[in-house]
Amino acid sequence: MAELVRSLPFRRRAVARRSALPGYGLTLGWSVLYLNLIVLLPLSALVLKAATVDPARLAATLLHPRTTSAFRVSFGASLAAAALSAGMGLVVAWVLSRYPFPGRRIADALIDLPFALPTAVAGITWTSLLSASGWFGRPLAALGVQGAFTPTGVVVALVFVGLPFVVRSIQPVLQSLDPEVEEAAASLGADRWQVFRRVIWPEIRPALLAGVTLAFARAVGEYGSVVFVSGNLPYRTETVPFLIVTKLEEYDYAGAAALATTMLGVSLLVLLVLGWWERRSARLLR
Amino acid sequence: MPVCCGRRWRMHEAPRLLPVRTDPPVVRGILIGAAWGIVALFLVAPLLVVFTEALREGWQRYFAAIREPEALQALRLTLLITGVVVPLNAAFGLAAAWAIGRFQFRGKGLVTALIDLPFTVSPVIGGIVFVLLFGRAGWFGPWLQEHGIRILFAPPGMILATAFVTFPFVVRELIPLLEAQGREEEEAAVVLGASGWQVFRRVTLPAIRWGLLYGLVMCTARAMGEFGAVSVVSGHIRGQTNTLTLYVELLYNSYRTAPAFAVASLLTLLSLLTLVGTHVLEIRGLRRFEP
Repeated sequence: MAELVRSLPFRRRAVARRSALPGYGLTLGWSVLYLNLIVLLPLSALVLKAATVDPARLAATLLHPRTTSAFRVSFGASLAAAALSAGMGLVVAWVLSRYPFPGRRIADALIDLPFALPTAVAGITWTSLLSASGWFGRPLAALGVQGAFTPTGVVVALVFVGLPFVVRSIQPVLQSLDPEVEEAAASLGADRWQVFRRVIWPEIRPALLAGVTLAFARAVGEYGSVVFVSGNLPYRTETVPFLIVTKLEEYDYAGAAALATTMLGVSLLVLLVLGWWERRSARLLR
Repeated sequence: MPVCCGRRWRMHEAPRLLPVRTDPPVVRGILIGAAWGIVALFLVAPLLVVFTEALREGWQRYFAAIREPEALQALRLTLLITGVVVPLNAAFGLAAAWAIGRFQFRGKGLVTALIDLPFTVSPVIGGIVFVLLFGRAGWFGPWLQEHGIRILFAPPGMILATAFVTFPFVVRELIPLLEAQGREEEEAAVVLGASGWQVFRRVTLPAIRWGLLYGLVMCTARAMGEFGAVSVVSGHIRGQTNTLTLYVELLYNSYRTAPAFAVASLLTLLSLLTLVGTHVLEIRGLRRFEP
């Protein structure tokens, strides 16, 4: 008993040195358990399934012309959409954070719409807009461009998805930019374009890159917005996520797992590059 | 840490315009015009088309479409999934944010990175992983079949897939808040004799409530609108495993365009409500911190 009493304050102090706050074990335990159950266990099932696929079959699945074409469509359309989002997002972010104009708040609130709108709704909406009788489809058809069920339609839907990532990445940087730096540049004789090129652009470039990377990553994996507007024509507009679903529906679990793991690898790579980029820019800032 | 779906600036601060920072009126006019053009073409037109298509056959057909038994079943399932997923993810978000924001431990960077993972993977992957776990040829498939438990092509699987996809929303909002707030106030409360629950209730929660609410709103919106992941695990059993988004797909693919847009308009209204809600939350003094 005396032993126990003597040990008590001692033990208390040992815990206190680590932290006075309670709940460490409980919260960490629950978080790690939940993370494992919902994310890690399922993902490892996927990776292990792909690992058990016979290498020859794996190669046959990944190198099948239909697969390579789906990868070309997914990555090509996502790259094009990310580039378009970058340009348009830069203009929108610039205007929203620099110029007071009527309707600015409404425009600003609308930017988040693609985050909030269910992808299936976006998908049927863009199909309707771009179809030959739609609001955009009819003028496009007059120009000889088919919108829906073509790669063009896929790119347009992906721009819708990616635009807010770009705008929301640049906006805070543009707004927190120190006005005095621009004033200094102007007082030293730089014109507006030079100020933009030499002073503002270097500041927003990392944020723009991060936003574009996120838009690209999201576009590569996008399913709902694309599945309707693309028409899913094999070798033409079929994307990787749709091909994965097709393989699942044909009970080709091994093929689906192989494709999904490849995409998972791409996502991880994107996260790593982003993390590395941020650490680098943080170091440079210091 | 990549910015994802949060907004990391404050809108109610009007842009500060100094003479030297103003661009020539011509440039300004062109850029404002271009920005409005982009917003009109990419954001306003889709919104308008949802409602015009939904009302194409008149109000009566509109209300008939959203009152069909199948639509109501889809709504019930969507609400069930959301009602289970959001509290689960909120509980995880609070616990994980507390552990990450208040303590140092090995592997913290890894845990933080893993939390972001569901944001970057395709929703289709969020579905296929559960097919591989619980499907007939999956890890637990044979055992489940033996015991007559249905997870795949039934609500439990759809709940899991939705939880996977919406996993990061709450926790991502809370970690930066907790880290920026610091732990001194809570330590003071503990020293003054507060219990763990009291510290949370009286010190932590008031400081993070707007961020928590923001995360909950985003998580709810995404859970109700999830499509890809749920589509993979639902099995598309009519009248049983259709959520609102899957029901929209079903209607649209059977060429019932107006009813499809009628149901879609409900989801669109919901997302507009989300936008208003998150906007109000920001004006209510939610401070965002640069990650």
